Amino acid sequence: MKFRTGDFLLHTLVAVCAVVWLFPFYWALVSSFKTEQQMFQIPPIWFPLDPTLFNYTDLIQRTNVVLWTFNSFFVSLAVTFLVCLIGCLAGYAFAKIGFKGREVVFYAMIATMMLPKYVLLVPLFRLMKEFGWFDTYVGLILPEAASALPFAVFLMRQFMYTIPSELFDAARVDGCTEFGIFARIVTALTKPALAALAIFTFVRAWNDYMWQLIIVNSDRMKTLPLGIAGLQLENVVVYGRVMAGTMLSALPMILVFVAFQKYFTRGITLGAVKG
Amino acid sequence: MNKSMYAQLKSNITGYMFILPALLLFLVFLVYPAFEAVRISFYQVSLNVSRFAGFGNFIALASDGTFRIAFINTFKYVLVIVPLTVAFSIFVAVRISEMNGKLTALYRGIFYLPHITSAVTISLIWSWIYNPVIGIANYLLTWIGLPAQAWLSSPDTAFQSVAFVILTASVGQPIILYTAALGGISREFYEAAEIDGAGKWRKFASVTWPLVKSTTLYILVITTISVFQIFVYIQILTKGGPTNSTTTIIYELYLMAFTNHNYGYASAMGVVLFLVVGIVSYFQFKMVTNAET
Repeated sequence: MKFRTGDFLLHTLVAVCAVVWLFPFYWALVSSFKTEQQMFQIPPIWFPLDPTLFNYTDLIQRTNVVLWTFNSFFVSLAVTFLVCLIGCLAGYAFAKIGFKGREVVFYAMIATMMLPKYVLLVPLFRLMKEFGWFDTYVGLILPEAASALPFAVFLMRQFMYTIPSELFDAARVDGCTEFGIFARIVTALTKPALAALAIFTFVRAWNDYMWQLIIVNSDRMKTLPLGIAGLQLENVVVYGRVMAGTMLSALPMILVFVAFQKYFTRGITLGAVKG
Repeated sequence: MNKSMYAQLKSNITGYMFILPALLLFLVFLVYPAFEAVRISFYQVSLNVSRFAGFGNFIALASDGTFRIAFINTFKYVLVIVPLTVAFSIFVAVRISEMNGKLTALYRGIFYLPHITSAVTISLIWSWIYNPVIGIANYLLTWIGLPAQAWLSSPDTAFQSVAFVILTASVGQPIILYTAALGGISREFYEAAEIDGAGKWRKFASVTWPLVKSTTLYILVITTISVFQIFVYIQILTKGGPTNSTTTIIYELYLMAFTNHNYGYASAMGVVLFLVVGIVSYFQFKMVTNAET
C-alpha cells in the first residue's frame, strides 16, 4: 500500500478524537484513586504513583452505596427476567399460534414503541401513587419492564419466525401441549436472541435514570446512578467520592459491553432492520 | 361444534393465554397512561385539585416565556447535534472500517463508551472537568495559551458545552450502524470506480454515501427523537441555567410536574412536544420511504 499524507492526517484525527472520548473516563478513574489534596493539585497529577482507596472506603462508609448497588442489580435483573419471559411468551404466540385478532394486537403493541416515554411520566407517577407503589421496588420494576416490552415482543417474534414450524408440529403430533412445546423447544432454540435481548434490557434498566428519579423518594430505595447523582447536589461536593461513584456505576456496564460486544453489534443492527 | 371450530377456539384461548402478561402490562402501563396524559392536559390538576380547563393549559403555554425559551433551545439542540452526529459518525466509520478487525472493534468500543456508561456518569464527570476553578479543561486551555472559559457557568458558553457532552454520547450507536453498513458494500463497486479513475473523495461521494443512505436516514430519525428528549444532561450539568440558556422542554416538564406539582400544565407540555416530534418524524419517515423507492 502506498503511504499518503492525507490518510495519515485523517487517521491521526480519528485517534485524537478517540483520546478525547476516552479522556473523561481515564480522568475520573485516576482521580478516584487520588487524595483530596492531589485532586486539586496544579500541575495536575496525570497518573497517581501512590494510589489510595480512600474515596472508595469513604463512599462505602458515609453513604448507602452498597444498598444502592444492590437495588440497581435487583431492579435491573428483575426487569430483565420479566421482559425476557413475557416477551418470549408473546413473541411465540404472535409468530406461531393462529388466534383471532393477532395482527391487530401485535401492531398496536409495536405502535407504542413510537410513544415517547416522557408523555407517560405524569400519569404513570399518579397511577403508582394510587396503587401505593411510590418509592417501592414494584414501582421501579413494572413500568420499566412495560416500556421495554414492545421492543422485546417485536424482536422475539421476528426471531421465532426463523424457526421452522415443522419442529413444533412434530412435537404436537407426539402429544406435546403448547406450554410443553414452549418450555422444552422454544426456550432452547431462542437462546441467542434471548441473550441479546437480556443484555439490552439489563443495560437499559440500569441506566434509566429519569423514571428512577421520579418514583424513588427515600435514600434507601435509590439506585446506583440516582445515589451517585445525589452526591453532587450536596452543599459541599466531595469530588473524590463522586468520581469513585461514577466508576462503580460505569464498571458493570463496561464489563457487560466488553464481554458481550458481539451481541451489542447484533442487537443494534437488528433493531435497525426496517420491517 | 365441529372439529376445526374446536381447534380454532383452542388456538384462540392458548394464543391469548400466551400474550396475557404482555397485554396486561401494555394496557396498564402504556395505553392507559397515554390516554390519561391527553385527558389531564385539558385539566387543571395539582396535588388535590382537578378541574376542567379546556384549552387553558395550551393557551397559557403559548404565552409562557420560559417555555418558549425551552422550545427554541430544544430545536437548537436538534439542529446542532443531529447533523454533527451524522457527519462525525460517517467520517469515523469510513476511517475505522478500513483498519484491521481488532482495531475497528477497539475504536467502535471507545466511541460507544459514553453511550453505554449512561448520561448520569458522563454528565457527572464532565461537570467536574468543566469546573471553571478546579476543572482540567481550563488547565489545558491555559497550558496551550488560550484564555480560560466559564464553560457551564456563563450563558454564552453553557449551551455549546452541554451540546458537546451530548454529542460524545450520541455518536456510539451510529458508528456501529455505519460500520455494519459499510461492511456490506461489495468491493466490486469500489474497483469499478477506481477503473473510472475515481479518487478517494469521488468514491465516497458516488459509491459509499448513496449506498448507506437508508442507514443515514435511520440514524437521522433515531438521533432526532432522542435529542428531542434530552433531560439527564441538563438536570446534572446545568439545571437549565444559567438564565435558562440550556433548558429543554422535558426539563421544564419535569420541574412543572415534580417540583411545582402542576400536572395538567406539565402534561400539556408533553402533548405539545409529542405533536412536534410526531410531525418531524413523519417528514423524516417520508424521506426514508421516498429514498427507498
